[in-house]
Amino acid sequence: MSLELRDVSRTVDSSAHIHPTSITLIPGGFNILLGPTLAGKTSLMRLMAGLDKPTSGQIFFAGEDVTGIAVQKRKVAMVYQQFVNYPSMTVFQNIASPLRLNGESKVAVKKRVDQIAEILKLGPLLDRLPSELSGGQQQRTALARALAKDASLVLLDEPLANLDYKLREELREELPRLFEDSGATVVYATTEPGEALLLSGHTAALNEGRITQFGPTHTVFRDPNDLLTATIFSDPPLNLANARKEAGGFQLGFTSWPVGYYSDLPDGDYQVGFRPHHLQLQSNDNAALPITGEVLITEISGSESFVHLGLGKHRWVAQMHGIYQWDPGQKIDMFLNSAHLLVFDSTGNRIRSTHG
Amino acid sequence: MIDRVSNQKAWLMVLPVILLVAFNAIIPLMTVVNYSVQETFGNNVFFWEGMKWFEEVLRSERFHASLGRQILFSFTILIIEVPLGILVALNMPRRGIGVSICLVLMALPLLIPWNVVGAMWNIFALPDIGLLGRAINGMGIEYNFTQNPVSAWLTVVAMDVWHWTSLVALLSYAGLCAIPDPYYQAAKIDGAGRWQIFRHIELPKLKRVLTIAILLRFMDSFMIYTEPFVLTGGGPGNTTTFLSIDLVKIALGQFDLGPAAAMSLIYFLIVLLLCWVFYTLMMRSESNTS
Repeated sequence: MSLELRDVSRTVDSSAHIHPTSITLIPGGFNILLGPTLAGKTSLMRLMAGLDKPTSGQIFFAGEDVTGIAVQKRKVAMVYQQFVNYPSMTVFQNIASPLRLNGESKVAVKKRVDQIAEILKLGPLLDRLPSELSGGQQQRTALARALAKDASLVLLDEPLANLDYKLREELREELPRLFEDSGATVVYATTEPGEALLLSGHTAALNEGRITQFGPTHTVFRDPNDLLTATIFSDPPLNLANARKEAGGFQLGFTSWPVGYYSDLPDGDYQVGFRPHHLQLQSNDNAALPITGEVLITEISGSESFVHLGLGKHRWVAQMHGIYQWDPGQKIDMFLNSAHLLVFDSTGNRIRSTHG
Repeated sequence: MIDRVSNQKAWLMVLPVILLVAFNAIIPLMTVVNYSVQETFGNNVFFWEGMKWFEEVLRSERFHASLGRQILFSFTILIIEVPLGILVALNMPRRGIGVSICLVLMALPLLIPWNVVGAMWNIFALPDIGLLGRAINGMGIEYNFTQNPVSAWLTVVAMDVWHWTSLVALLSYAGLCAIPDPYYQAAKIDGAGRWQIFRHIELPKLKRVLTIAILLRFMDSFMIYTEPFVLTGGGPGNTTTFLSIDLVKIALGQFDLGPAAAMSLIYFLIVLLLCWVFYTLMMRSESNTS
């Protein structure tokens, strides 16, 4: 069952939370809303759920216009960043609550709750109260409630943000599988590009109440349509520089690069960018772009090094496998495969090379 | 021997606290203990009486009667003020200009001294010239707090409810504001009704502040003195003679210092005991349900 937003917008007290947006979610799929805080992820979810009424536009659910229909009449479940369970009910009662509201028989409720508890490893905890659970267990209970509801639309609003690293990894692995069998369309909001990549599915990049791009997650990551999408979907941040294309190549101020694949580009001002992990120490490629920078800081996280480089007035980051301990002030030569270069025009639209 | 530098000057630092506690708690309490086991006829002449006053007070019907009235009063106002306070808090606005207006209005009664409240209601409720008194009598209902025990009781209870419901309301309001919005959203998505939201989300989340509100209101109402004193001085007869009023009558009216001292100690222990029972019960039910 598909959810379609058609030119949906929401304005509160004359400030636009969501600009007119159209999107058709992948039915039965994992749809990720990726964007920084205040990008409008939660606002968009509330519209999808029917918690808020759009200021303009229509919402279709399985082809049916549900724009004005109250949330409890739709088959929607939602899980939040905070662990939301009924505080005075046990885990069992919490999971059973949507089933009981549906008026299902005692036996059926018990069977379904046990089944869901099994999946979410809550079996031994059914008699506990939410306050007696750890954060991860509380969020599992909330997920179990969403699952029990058997909703056709499941909205997960940064559900892993309040969990510690280990639990987050564990639940992140389970999440896509969890709702797969139910056939529900899942929407997952996150601020972390890495999380979106791990969850795969489809991603909509969001910025200031606008969807900048929607498509298969890895396509949106590798082949962004514009500068905003590329910036949103990059962690560590995208390395950027203003470049002037002239006959001789891209003039970056501190260096100049051959135009490579972009020879057809008319002369003018552009922005060039690339992702931190595309910087390499060696290159066999003749078309590789040389970069010489001065080390500012090196951050080492386990098996990776983040080297902050100063180039002219720019500050770029190189994300490299292995541990490199360079002293600040040291000059380093690196290479960028020109195929990884992203070129944007002055308004931020991506310019794709005609060859690549 | 132990090689330790002892710095006796530290005592100087603690001295102010010791003096303060001594003068405002220990010495007065010990004076009361002193009176409670002796008989005096003035001139600082004391005779040892042991537990006599305690036995006398505990056996006296007068004490039983005022204790009974006291307990009835405290429970009456709790039964009214707690639900009413929650109801008010539930209906207070959560955003906009209304919030400040409500908060100021709710805080006003709390700023008025007890005796002023008593005097206000006294005049307000006078059957011949008071607005309330005239109005009620005008409706054909007999109301006269100086003569009719029921009227007197109702007036004292109304005074307390008027004076202190805001405290419960403000505490509950703070508790309600602390509930994250997703709880309400989740309930809405589940299709829960108003009562279910209250029963399964708001009430469990309010438990802690309500415990404090009930404790505060209980202790305070158990010590009520000024309002009934200003209204009727404990009358008509002794129908609004609560423990503290009775105590003052014995101590300063009859100047029976021994029994009065024994009674204050018993009074003190009752408050302490009831608070402990309340607190334990509520904390236990808390660990069971929230």
